[in-house]
Amino acid sequence: MLAFFIRRAVYAVIAMWAVSVISFIIINLPAGDYVTTYIATQRDAGNIILAEEAENLRIFYGLNQPIYVQYWKWIVRILTGDLGFSFEFNLPVSDVIAQNLAPTVALALAAVVFIWVVGIPIGIYSAVKQYSPGDYIATFFGFLGLGIPDFLIALVIAYMAFELTGVLLVGLFSQEYATAPWSLGKVLDLLRHMIVPTIILGTAGTATLIRITRANLLDELKKPYVTTARAKGLSEWRMIMKYPVRMALNPAISLTAYILPFLISSSVVLSVVLDLPTVGRDFIRALLAQDIYLSGAIILGSGWLTIIGTLFSDMLLAWADPRIRLEES
Amino acid sequence: MATVAGHIETRPSESDVIEAEAQVEVMSQRQLIWRRFRRHRLAMAATAVVIAFYLVVIFADFLATNDPFDDDANRGYTPPQGIRLLDGWIPRPHVCARVGARDEFFRKVYVKDCEQKVPLSFFAKGYEYELFGIKFDRHIIGIADPGDDPENPQTAEALISILGSDEQGRDLWSRMMRATRLSLLIGLLGIIVSLVMGTVLGAVSGYAGGIVDNLIQRSIEIIRSIPTVPLYLGLAAAFPADWSVEQRFFAITVVVSLFAWTELARVTRGRFLAMRSEDFVTAAVVAGASRKRIIFRHMLPSFYSHIIAASTLALAFMIINETVLSFLGLGLQAPAISYGVLLFNAQNLQSIALAPWLLLPGVPVVLLVLSLNFMGDGIRDAADPYGS
Repeated sequence: MLAFFIRRAVYAVIAMWAVSVISFIIINLPAGDYVTTYIATQRDAGNIILAEEAENLRIFYGLNQPIYVQYWKWIVRILTGDLGFSFEFNLPVSDVIAQNLAPTVALALAAVVFIWVVGIPIGIYSAVKQYSPGDYIATFFGFLGLGIPDFLIALVIAYMAFELTGVLLVGLFSQEYATAPWSLGKVLDLLRHMIVPTIILGTAGTATLIRITRANLLDELKKPYVTTARAKGLSEWRMIMKYPVRMALNPAISLTAYILPFLISSSVVLSVVLDLPTVGRDFIRALLAQDIYLSGAIILGSGWLTIIGTLFSDMLLAWADPRIRLEES
Repeated sequence: MATVAGHIETRPSESDVIEAEAQVEVMSQRQLIWRRFRRHRLAMAATAVVIAFYLVVIFADFLATNDPFDDDANRGYTPPQGIRLLDGWIPRPHVCARVGARDEFFRKVYVKDCEQKVPLSFFAKGYEYELFGIKFDRHIIGIADPGDDPENPQTAEALISILGSDEQGRDLWSRMMRATRLSLLIGLLGIIVSLVMGTVLGAVSGYAGGIVDNLIQRSIEIIRSIPTVPLYLGLAAAFPADWSVEQRFFAITVVVSLFAWTELARVTRGRFLAMRSEDFVTAAVVAGASRKRIIFRHMLPSFYSHIIAASTLALAFMIINETVLSFLGLGLQAPAISYGVLLFNAQNLQSIALAPWLLLPGVPVVLLVLSLNFMGDGIRDAADPYGS
């Protein structure tokens, strides 16, 4: 178990390093370096940057040194918590991200809960009642959920909601609560606004989970131990929940890590359509304005989060399924 | 072959079953796969849809009714108009004329005036285009040549716009035909890039084994663990703003295929590993076949259908990614026309509320992606004709 954990952790560190290199490359792709952009924005704001000051900045960022030195300086700054400065928001990057972190995390967590609560029972039902009308409906919706890009679902739902109720379904708060301090009313308002984005965000994941749970459970139901359990006189429902479902859930655990990158990806797109105050929306704004430090930090952060999430779910899986940790070691 | 025979023998032994069995015995691998795939109704229908889409790629200009770049602010946001094939009971295709008016908020609206009929004809003359290097000006349907019919109302109002027009008055149907061409071409080019990368790396990984295999597999794991959309977006946003349409097109193609090859590599490697220890490969080695012959003559034919299945699914993935990128304004940009570029106009809810038909380019995306998924699943099921 320990060897398994260490090996996984080493992979994760290597992956995090790879992601940091990719993020650094992306930051350095646009023409012009940080200091040039900084001087230009300050000049637009009416501040004159002296040549001497610019030179000091260049030395600080190591811009006249080889690229690996620049990378080293950058990653050290990141690890000590200095994420750079966002030109687009005129704030330190960490402040920009902190502003909208809470709604972003809330939305992602809600989507994960939604995926589990909806996906697993439907998957179990589909497998147990294979080829029933309910199974066909679930399979059909599963395919639709996988095939339709999230932003299209969001656009169509938002349009239908507008046609039916005349309310533009955007943002996470109603106008009267947008700037109000936190209160019970504001929390309820937030929850009300989160329903639609959560469902849209969870669609693709739910569809995947239904498919996987169904396929795994179908495999398990054919196995001899199911016949044994039936022969021993266990009621059908208890038998299914006690043995094959527990076996079929293991891949669902590993899927949660696999869903995480998807969730991050689609929340970015969804935030634009529904104008949600998430980090994803800031990300798009940063990209369109080539605000490299903000976008780079978000790419790095989402990559690292995913890797840590994968590591965590690997651990969870090894804990839940002894076959995996035995096979690996 | 034993598996197939055994499989069939479990059924009631009638004379036609025996006959079918005898037929199956002599079928080639390709025939067996085709036989299985044909039974998959949904996959067959999906394949027909995909073929239809690629026909649109070739004949996009012929199917267009208007010049997709022809703009005129005076006819912005024209709603879709249905084509009527019958005038009373006489077969005479026409559309009702649109008359501009103002609503109570002084917004421009269009009123259908069916008293004024705009006659249409098939194979009508329209803008010039090139197909297989030859210049054409015929389109599937268009406004009839006024010719010598003096009663023909050939005015500026005489406009055919099957699916309505966008803000600048450009015809949505014609633009969707062009978008099909570009979006599907990006997918196709992307597939070629990732197919080469995926199969070569997968084959090397599966055939070489050891450190090389380990290295390639770990890289694939790392690439798969990164959230793709932020990365795509980051790369796409880094393109210089002054790049031409073509440069952007190729750059986007490379970006979307950069991550799609991993699945192909995984499938190829898995098959290679499984097959390396098969009896027929050992037999070929013993018979003294060269390594090249073993790979291309013995191993490849038994898994190329798996690769086709994986590429079909990857194609759907790429088309979605291109659409998302362009939808966010980071992929292709006007004057290029792709599904994503068209949907970019539907980005805010205000314009959708005003002109809901701007969402229509989403329909072919969904249809195509679903069809590719069904087709891929069908091929994957049929790819192993000896399985149960």
